[in-house]
Amino acid sequence: MTALPDVVKAEQSLGSRIAGVLGGTLVRIFLIVIGLFWLLPSFGLLMSSLRDREDINSSGWWTVFTAPSQLTFSNYDALLSNDALMDSLVTTLLITVPSTLLVVVIGSLAAYAFAWMDFPGRDWCFLAVVALLVVPVQVALIPISSLFDNLGIYQSLFSVILFHTAFGLPFAVFLLRNFFAEIPRELLEAARLDGASEVRLFTRVVMPLGGPAIAALGIFQFLWVWNDFLVAFIFADPGSPPTTVAIQQQARQFDNNIDVIASGAFISLIIPLVVFFAFQRQFVSGVMAGAVK
Amino acid sequence: MTSAVKPSGKPAKSVMGTRRWVAMLFLLPAAVLLLAIVAYPIIYSIIRSFFDQSGDSFVAFDNFQALFTDEDNLTAIKNNVIWVIVAPSVCTALGLIFAVLTERVSFGAAFKMVIFMPMAISMLAAGVIFSLVYQQDPERGVANAVVTGIHDTFSESSAWPGARPRPNDDVLAGPQKGPYTTKDTVSAGSPALLPLVAVKPQDLETAKPATEPKAASGGGISGTVWVDFKPGGGGKLGAIDSGEKALKGIKVEAVKDGKTVASATTGDDGTFTLPKEADGAKLALPASNFGEKYNGVDWLGPSLITPAIIASYVWMWAGFAMVLIAAGLASIPRELLEAARVDGANELQVFRRVTVPLLAPVLVVVLVTLMINVLKIFDLVWVISPGANLKDANVLAVQLYLLGFGTDTDQGMASAIAVVLLLLVIPVMIVNIRRLRRETRR
Repeated sequence: MTALPDVVKAEQSLGSRIAGVLGGTLVRIFLIVIGLFWLLPSFGLLMSSLRDREDINSSGWWTVFTAPSQLTFSNYDALLSNDALMDSLVTTLLITVPSTLLVVVIGSLAAYAFAWMDFPGRDWCFLAVVALLVVPVQVALIPISSLFDNLGIYQSLFSVILFHTAFGLPFAVFLLRNFFAEIPRELLEAARLDGASEVRLFTRVVMPLGGPAIAALGIFQFLWVWNDFLVAFIFADPGSPPTTVAIQQQARQFDNNIDVIASGAFISLIIPLVVFFAFQRQFVSGVMAGAVK
Repeated sequence: MTSAVKPSGKPAKSVMGTRRWVAMLFLLPAAVLLLAIVAYPIIYSIIRSFFDQSGDSFVAFDNFQALFTDEDNLTAIKNNVIWVIVAPSVCTALGLIFAVLTERVSFGAAFKMVIFMPMAISMLAAGVIFSLVYQQDPERGVANAVVTGIHDTFSESSAWPGARPRPNDDVLAGPQKGPYTTKDTVSAGSPALLPLVAVKPQDLETAKPATEPKAASGGGISGTVWVDFKPGGGGKLGAIDSGEKALKGIKVEAVKDGKTVASATTGDDGTFTLPKEADGAKLALPASNFGEKYNGVDWLGPSLITPAIIASYVWMWAGFAMVLIAAGLASIPRELLEAARVDGANELQVFRRVTVPLLAPVLVVVLVTLMINVLKIFDLVWVISPGANLKDANVLAVQLYLLGFGTDTDQGMASAIAVVLLLLVIPVMIVNIRRLRRETRR
C-alpha cells in the first residue's frame, strides 16, 4: 500500500517533465517563427533593393529563391548616380553631426550648472526643464516656422539644426544633471583646491567622468536626428533635403522610382543599424533612461 | 518624451564660491534655445487657437468646437483614439510575452536583438518597408501573397477565370460566369464533349492537347472539357481538333432533379470520368471554375488602412516594450517565483498571479510612454498611406500639418490641434514633476 503513492508520484513528475520539455520545444519553435516573421519585412526591402525595377514591379522579392540570377547591384549604381539622393546623405550628416554635438555641449553646460552651482530659482528652473520633456514637437511647428521666417532662416540647414538642438535639450539636461550629481563631491572639491577654474573643472573633471551618460545621450540624439522626417520636412531647404525627405519626395511615384527608393531606404537604415550594433549598450541605456521622444 | 523620471541624489550645494554670473553663462545657451523654441510656441499656440483663419479676429472657442464637428477633424480624432488605445496595448502585451519567454531559451539575447532592431531605423524607412509589404498585387506584396496562399489552400481557386461556352452553344448553357449546364442529359456509352471558349492564350501555354474521352467502364460517363478553338483557324465546332488545348482541373458535377449525384475533376488531358450514378443526369460546370482569381486583402483601403499602419508601428516598437519589461523582470526576486512553483502553481498561474502584478509599475511606464509617442504619430501614416487614402488614415498630427502647411491652411485650427495635443500630455508632465519633487525633498 505504501509503494503505490510513490509510483504515482514518479509518474506525475515524469509526465510533467515531458510536458516541460515539450513546452520548452514549443516555446523555442514559437520564438524562432516570430523572429523570422520580424526579420521578413526588412529582408524584403533588402532583396527588393537587389532587383531590377522591372522585376520588382512584376513579381515578389521571394522569387529570388527560385531565380537567384535576378540579383543585381544595378539599383545601387542608379543610387550612386542619383545626385538628389547622394546630396541628401551629405545633408543628413550636415544636420545630424552639429545637432548632436550642440545638444551634448549645451546640455552638459546647463546640467553641470544645475548639479553643482548655486543660484536663485535653481530647483524651479530644473522643474521647468523636466516639464518641457513631454512637449510634442508638433506644438512648435507653426510658431517656429513663422519665427524663423521673420529671422530669414526658415528652410535652411541652420533652422533644422536649431530646432533639433532645442528639442533635444530637455532630455539632455535631465539625463546629464542626474548623472553629474552622482560625481563624488570630494573629487570636485579637491580639483577646486588645486586652483582649477570653473571651466577647467567642467572640461577636465565633469565631462570625462560623465562619459557613459554623454555617450548614451549622443547616440540617442544622433539616431533621433538621423531618423527624423517631420522636422526636416518642414524646416529643411526643399531644394537640398536630408535623406528621409528625399526618399519621401521620390515615393510620390512609388512604382516608377522603386529602384532608388528601395536602395536609398536601405542605405539610410544601414547607418543607424551600424550605430545600434556598435553602441548597443549605450543605446539601450539611453532608452532605459525613459527617453523616447 | 519620457514618463519615467528617475532623479538621483539631492541637488548638491555649489562647489565653493561659484560666482552667480558664471552659473548664468553656463545656463545661457540652453535657456535661450528652450525659451525661444520650446516654451514660446506653447504660448503662441494657445493664443493663436482663439483666433480665426486670418488671425485678425478673436473667435473664442470656435476652433475647438469645429475640431469636434468638422468631418476631417473627426476622422483624425477617431483614428487617433484607435491608435492610442490599440498600439500601446498590443506593443506592451507582445513585449511582455517576448520578455517572459526569452528568459527560458538559450538564444534569448539574439531574439531580443532581432525584435529591438526596428527601433533603430527611421519611421520613413519602416514606411517604405511596409509599403512594399502591403502592395495589393499578391505577386508583389508579401502580405497578400501569404493571404492568397492560405485562401487558396482552403478554398479551391478558380482555374479558368472568364472561360464560357460559345453563345447559343448546342451543348452547354447558363448565366454569365456559370454555372454552365448541359442542355440534354447524358447517358452511359455516349461520351460528353463539353466545349468552352474565351480562355486567354497566355493561360494555355502550358496546357496539354485535348484528347477524346476514354471509354468509361461499368456504365460510367466519360467526357472531355477543352477549348474549342483552333489557333490559326479551321477546326470543327463541338469536335476536338488537333491543336486544341485541354482544360485541366475543372470540376464537373452530375445533377439529377436538382441534386448533385456525382462529381469529377478533369485531368491534364481534359478528360473526366463519372461513376454510373451519373447516368441520365445533366452535367454542370459550377461557377467556382470560372470566378475571378482571389486577389487578397485591400490593406490600404479605407477600412483596413489604420490597423495596417498600426501593425507596422507594433513591428517597430514591440522591442522597446520588451527591453523595458525584460529589465523589470530581471529585478523580480527569483525566490518569489520559486515559492509559487513549490506551492504547486503552474507556469500560467505564476505568470498571471505573480509576475504580472510585480511588473505592474513597469507596464504602466511602458504603456504611458508609448501612448505619448503614438499621440504624435505622423511619419508612418504620411508615408504608407497612398495619397487618395490619406483622408481615411488621418490622425491629429497629419491634420495639424495639413492645416498648418497644406494647400488649404487654417493656422487657427492647426493651433487648436496643437493645444489639444499639449493638454493630453499635461497629466504626464504633472506626474513627472511631482515624482521629481518627491525625490529631491527626500
